[in-house]
Amino acid sequence: MSVPPDTREVILEAIDLTREFDGVKALDCFSFKLHRGEVLGLLGANGAGKTTAMNCLLGLTLPTSGELNAFGMPLQANRIKILQRANFSSAYTALPGNLLVWQNLLVFARIYGVPNPKKKIAELMELLEISHLNKSVTGQLSAGESTRVNLVKAFLNDPELLMLDEPTASLDPDIADKVRKVVRKVQRERNVAILYTSHNMRDIEEVCDRVIFLHKGKIVCEGTPSDIVAQSSSDNLEDVFIKIARDGELLDEPKKVSAV
Amino acid sequence: MNFRIISALVMRYLFLYARSPMRLVELAFWPVVDLVVWGNVTVFIQKNTNPEFGSYVLFFLGGMILWDIMFRAQQGVAISFLEDVWTRNLLNIFVAPVRSSEYISATFIVGMLRILITAVVLSFISWFGYAFNVFQLSWWLIPFFLNLMLFGWSLGMISTALILRWGLAAESLAWAIPFFFQPVVAVFYNVADMPAWSRPIAWCFPPTYIFEGMRSVMKSGTMNWDYLGYAAGLNVLYLSLAGWLFVWVLNLTRKRGLLTKFATQ
Repeated sequence: MSVPPDTREVILEAIDLTREFDGVKALDCFSFKLHRGEVLGLLGANGAGKTTAMNCLLGLTLPTSGELNAFGMPLQANRIKILQRANFSSAYTALPGNLLVWQNLLVFARIYGVPNPKKKIAELMELLEISHLNKSVTGQLSAGESTRVNLVKAFLNDPELLMLDEPTASLDPDIADKVRKVVRKVQRERNVAILYTSHNMRDIEEVCDRVIFLHKGKIVCEGTPSDIVAQSSSDNLEDVFIKIARDGELLDEPKKVSAV
Repeated sequence: MNFRIISALVMRYLFLYARSPMRLVELAFWPVVDLVVWGNVTVFIQKNTNPEFGSYVLFFLGGMILWDIMFRAQQGVAISFLEDVWTRNLLNIFVAPVRSSEYISATFIVGMLRILITAVVLSFISWFGYAFNVFQLSWWLIPFFLNLMLFGWSLGMISTALILRWGLAAESLAWAIPFFFQPVVAVFYNVADMPAWSRPIAWCFPPTYIFEGMRSVMKSGTMNWDYLGYAAGLNVLYLSLAGWLFVWVLNLTRKRGLLTKFATQ
């Protein structure tokens, strides 16, 4: 199946990105493009290279070789300009637990220079159905509440590029569903480019337009979730995930299932 | 540098202190304990020795108060950084559009606020408890204060760089580093009374000039201007070196991929 090339603006681009740790390649010539308004899922088993890729894309880890551009600019040389237009949320980071929710959000709103920050925070908290948590102590929130507060932080500056690292990890199905719907809503309304990692294939099928499967730092396959399932001998994306995690490949030959 | 970002980071620390009374108590607790112990020792010596010797022991109180200014400045930088580590907030900061210079400037300001609180409490107790008026140092107090604060900031940046490089295993350095310098910067005694081999080392550090200057002002009311010049010059040097070290270590942790491991540990 052939899909015409995506003509939308490229928001984030990695070219032959390689990252070695003590001689071991955590990322091996990793290349991809993320377009405006697209949600790209980055999948793979633990140790596949997702987190390393995300860290390189956030400028937290420098690649051993390769090129990284965002908004048409080299990332390292324009890190501050790029981060002003991007945001990030992870299940593995937290806002300071001893501050109230509104205090944490106000601080980040000021860092990002959000005009009328209190109004913006109130709107986003309402969107994520957590207005009642405004005066709660951040450290006393449940996992679901904490994730949604992190998402409010991630949406504060109306980012054009959003990186979400396992945003539904440890959430119950109800809250996970709400989070997915909000992410999709915000993405559609604001045409945000989203890079999304998750181990929850339901997330991926519902949220991502396109996915990349990584294994030992290399791209094993990429395409839309339905195309990948169709091209594999598996019944669903979860089986694809398991096959790649165990065998390191989708088919006999690694194959790009749709042109991008 | 963007002052909006610096003020946002300072606001965060102010929220933290406002929400945590124990942090405010900690600011004054140890300085007050030190002051009461040294104050009582001073009173004891003054009452049981001749008046001339008694006047000398006031140097202990002056030295203790000025030492605490430097210590609090260092703590302001190092502990502010550790607050971000302890609350797992470091990644949020490093993926926000915050420059290293803005982050460090915010910790400097927090350091300055910590000093002001400590200095006011100590001055009050030393005056009412032991009749030691820190303002007898007159306008000299301002350059003394500034120079010690600058050196405290340098030590704070060095502590932060070491913690960044070695992780929380190096956390104790945040408290220990100033005390490496205490024996050699002549806080409580003259450089001339130190062992000969240690005197050249003492003169390499700005606080030595300040503590010598303090004793000179208290004893004779005069100050050696050269001392202030040397202290300021050395402070520029140490601040530049510490700033360079911090940025170098930050880049090194990015190169080695240590930053995320450290920030989420």
